[in-house]
Amino acid sequence: MVANHDIDITVRRGTVHALMGENGAGKSTLMKILYGMQKPDEGTIKINGELVEFSTPGDAIDRGIGMVHQHFMLADNLTVWENVVLGGEKLHGIGAKAKAKIKEISDQYGLGVRPDVLVEDLGVADRQRVEILKVLYRGARILILDEPTAVLVPQEVDALFGNLRELKAEGVTVIFISHKLHEVLAVADAISVIRRGTTVGDADPKTVTARQLAELMVGAELPSPESRESTVTDVEMLRVDGLRIAKADAEGVERVVLDDVSLRIRKGEVLGIAGVEGNGQAELVEAIMGMLALDAGTVTLDGQDLTRTLTRARREAGIGYIPEDRHKHGLLLEAPLWENRMLGHVTETPNSKGFLLDPAGARKDTLRIVEEYDVRTPGIEVTAASLSGGNQQKLIIGREMSHDPKLLIAAHPTRGVDVGAQAQIWEQIRVAQRAGLAVLLISADLDELIGLSDHIRVIYRGRLVADADPATVTAEDLGTAMTGAAKGHIESDAEALAEAQALAAEGTEAAEGTAVESATDTPAEPTETADDPQAGE
Amino acid sequence: MTSPTPAKRPLGQRFDLERIVLGLAAPVLAVLLSLVICSLLLLSSGRDPFKAFDVMFTYGTASDGQVQIINKGVTYYLAAVAAAFGFRMNLFNIGVEGQYRIAALFTAYIGSQIDLPAFIQIPLLLVTAMLAGGIWASIAGVLKVYRGVSEVISTIMLNAISLAVVGLLLVPGIFAPKTGSSSNSIQTAPISQSSHFFSIETAGGTLWGFFIIAILVGVGFQLTLNRTRFGFDLRATGRSESAAQASGVNVKRMVLTSMAVSGALAGLIGMPTLLQSSYTYGTSFQQGLGFTGIAIALLGRNSPIGIVFSALLFAFMDVTAVQLPLQGDFPQEIVAVMQGTIVICVVVAYELVRRYGLKRQQQKVGAELAAQAAAAANKEVAA
Repeated sequence: MVANHDIDITVRRGTVHALMGENGAGKSTLMKILYGMQKPDEGTIKINGELVEFSTPGDAIDRGIGMVHQHFMLADNLTVWENVVLGGEKLHGIGAKAKAKIKEISDQYGLGVRPDVLVEDLGVADRQRVEILKVLYRGARILILDEPTAVLVPQEVDALFGNLRELKAEGVTVIFISHKLHEVLAVADAISVIRRGTTVGDADPKTVTARQLAELMVGAELPSPESRESTVTDVEMLRVDGLRIAKADAEGVERVVLDDVSLRIRKGEVLGIAGVEGNGQAELVEAIMGMLALDAGTVTLDGQDLTRTLTRARREAGIGYIPEDRHKHGLLLEAPLWENRMLGHVTETPNSKGFLLDPAGARKDTLRIVEEYDVRTPGIEVTAASLSGGNQQKLIIGREMSHDPKLLIAAHPTRGVDVGAQAQIWEQIRVAQRAGLAVLLISADLDELIGLSDHIRVIYRGRLVADADPATVTAEDLGTAMTGAAKGHIESDAEALAEAQALAAEGTEAAEGTAVESATDTPAEPTETADDPQAGE
Repeated sequence: MTSPTPAKRPLGQRFDLERIVLGLAAPVLAVLLSLVICSLLLLSSGRDPFKAFDVMFTYGTASDGQVQIINKGVTYYLAAVAAAFGFRMNLFNIGVEGQYRIAALFTAYIGSQIDLPAFIQIPLLLVTAMLAGGIWASIAGVLKVYRGVSEVISTIMLNAISLAVVGLLLVPGIFAPKTGSSSNSIQTAPISQSSHFFSIETAGGTLWGFFIIAILVGVGFQLTLNRTRFGFDLRATGRSESAAQASGVNVKRMVLTSMAVSGALAGLIGMPTLLQSSYTYGTSFQQGLGFTGIAIALLGRNSPIGIVFSALLFAFMDVTAVQLPLQGDFPQEIVAVMQGTIVICVVVAYELVRRYGLKRQQQKVGAELAAQAAAAANKEVAA
């Protein structure tokens, strides 16, 4: 498989160069090549005009290239200073000299890092600054940031951009990977767009609009989750009442991950849950699936109380589950497709008869799923690991839909999936909805949420703090609510809304693209905060 | 390219064939490598390795050698299956050793106290052995599920504890008869005549009838793994615990069950010896079978069929090793070296082969789909 081909990028010194592309466009592969984690089959890399070749990340570090990964690589139980020194002991020792150097770098770039604090006491944004400092400590002059804003709330994003400008001013080159248009436009000096593994264009952030960027990123024929007629009925399918989960962390301090969460989904309704990752979405799903023990609350599906039942009984009662992390929760990667077709439904036909498995039945039905759901595979005996993300996801959806579910839980259904498969997955969710299923949709892609949902709830720190009608809200206002800034029922400014919808109607909607643009055009629109907490229902 | 439907079958079969070749490559290479290492060792001590192998091979093909190999292989097979059952769901029951020790002690005692007709007595003893082994192993299972204790640690410790338990119970007046025997070894009273398992007299000596039980266990293991819902849950848990849990497998219950079953199978390990040859349990009862079983399970890839071959191979080496010092000046220990190197090599080789296989299949599927994708893309553009 060719992940990257004919990529040409020129990054000037002392600039922030953004690298944009959809999930799976090949950004990560390119970065791995630049950082020496993977070798290119052909092509060259030049730094300051000098031809270089990396075979390990060590080579890249020696050349002054440093990488800040999306997932931080820090030891929680060590201090910032120890973390920075770890693995770089030869540079400035491990004592006072090293500490002084950390101070110096921190002051020079305005990072505000305190060397003696334990990393576990730091927030996400501070940890990220430690990661940046770690890289600078090793002498990096070229910094690669892989989706640095994915874990940050908007205020932290602004602070990060402030840091990046400081770095730039000191002559450090920053390569910034993102697929969020407004962020790229806010911080980048130059933009390169990657699509399907190749560079499709460069753009000047001063002149380009978010709309044009979105078109570049996904191509003009992009499918979008357009609105359609409502299929919502009056029949309540899922009822979740007063859900509460509190976990004790390593220190024994109790952290409430879900607090008094109540929601209803009716037949034919898609309920979207918006929220910055880590605000309790994963726990909500696991609580409904019976994978997490509840401290309080009830889960009722179609009049049947499932609160005390195990995961298998819940699945048999009619819950279909498209997990957020399909490798971890949805598939047996080393098992053939037909065995994966049994996973989660091994007690149901056609997978088993009584206590015995029915491999022939499962194989036959797997062939049907492969056919009906357009899973691109040479056969059903290949392992799940050999399929692409989109095809794995289609197999999972096919499997879950094959058992007449009453409720479908779709957590980030199009994450890491190519554009073509994305459209098919959206269509499948709509088909499910038309068939009278209740759908719980959790997504970080606000346009996906707005396009598919009949109703949206916003989760913030384990509580459902706001709700919105997708017909009357923009992604920007949803985003504000996701930071906890707005509560109750949110409704967007009519003008901004019309603009966002007009753009959506043109069918050029990108992940976050259009709605964000509307926000840039009409900045600081006030959010209506009606004062009825837990509105709706 | 042909149309997708007929293309599916042959491709699937090709993968299977390749998997078999890949699967065989690892153990064969490991055995060859260990032969080379042992040859070098023998050569360096001034002995002819081929002569040594010849001695082993000659005895191994003689009928008395073969009977011994099968008898020993039966015991090894049971030991390996006991370990493999847990391994299939990533449950590392290192305590097979202690489990069969406890089981043999209790069974020997009950066999010596009760005298029922054979058709009741023998099933009773087998059930006793399985219960004793299963309960002993369940201690580790309960500790893991309710207290989060790693089963590796707890089973190893239970091995040591089982030694002490045997020492405590196997004293005159409790499990051993009160006799003024001058013998150093202490043992239970002999089991009743009705407890003796049937055996077959052959030209090469007495063939233990217990191989029937081993075959039943093997067939049962294979069917349970591949044909039952429980087996699917077990394999799913072994492949990915998180996915299994999300799919509705009650992982805690699986741990308890598997640990108990693994221990129950371990309980059978001592039975061939107890019911067919020694008729008592004592300090001279064969030890170390549990650990041998783990090595054999690794070599046999935890598969009921693979273990047949690895158990026979180990039995062959152990039985013929005895002949080495008798028929030439060869150290018997060379066989232990051979077994050790085989296990080390095979663990490494399996992992390499597994990764290679996965990668190769990914590439193949990728290549296969590239053509389809290109065709599809053309269609999309045209449409």
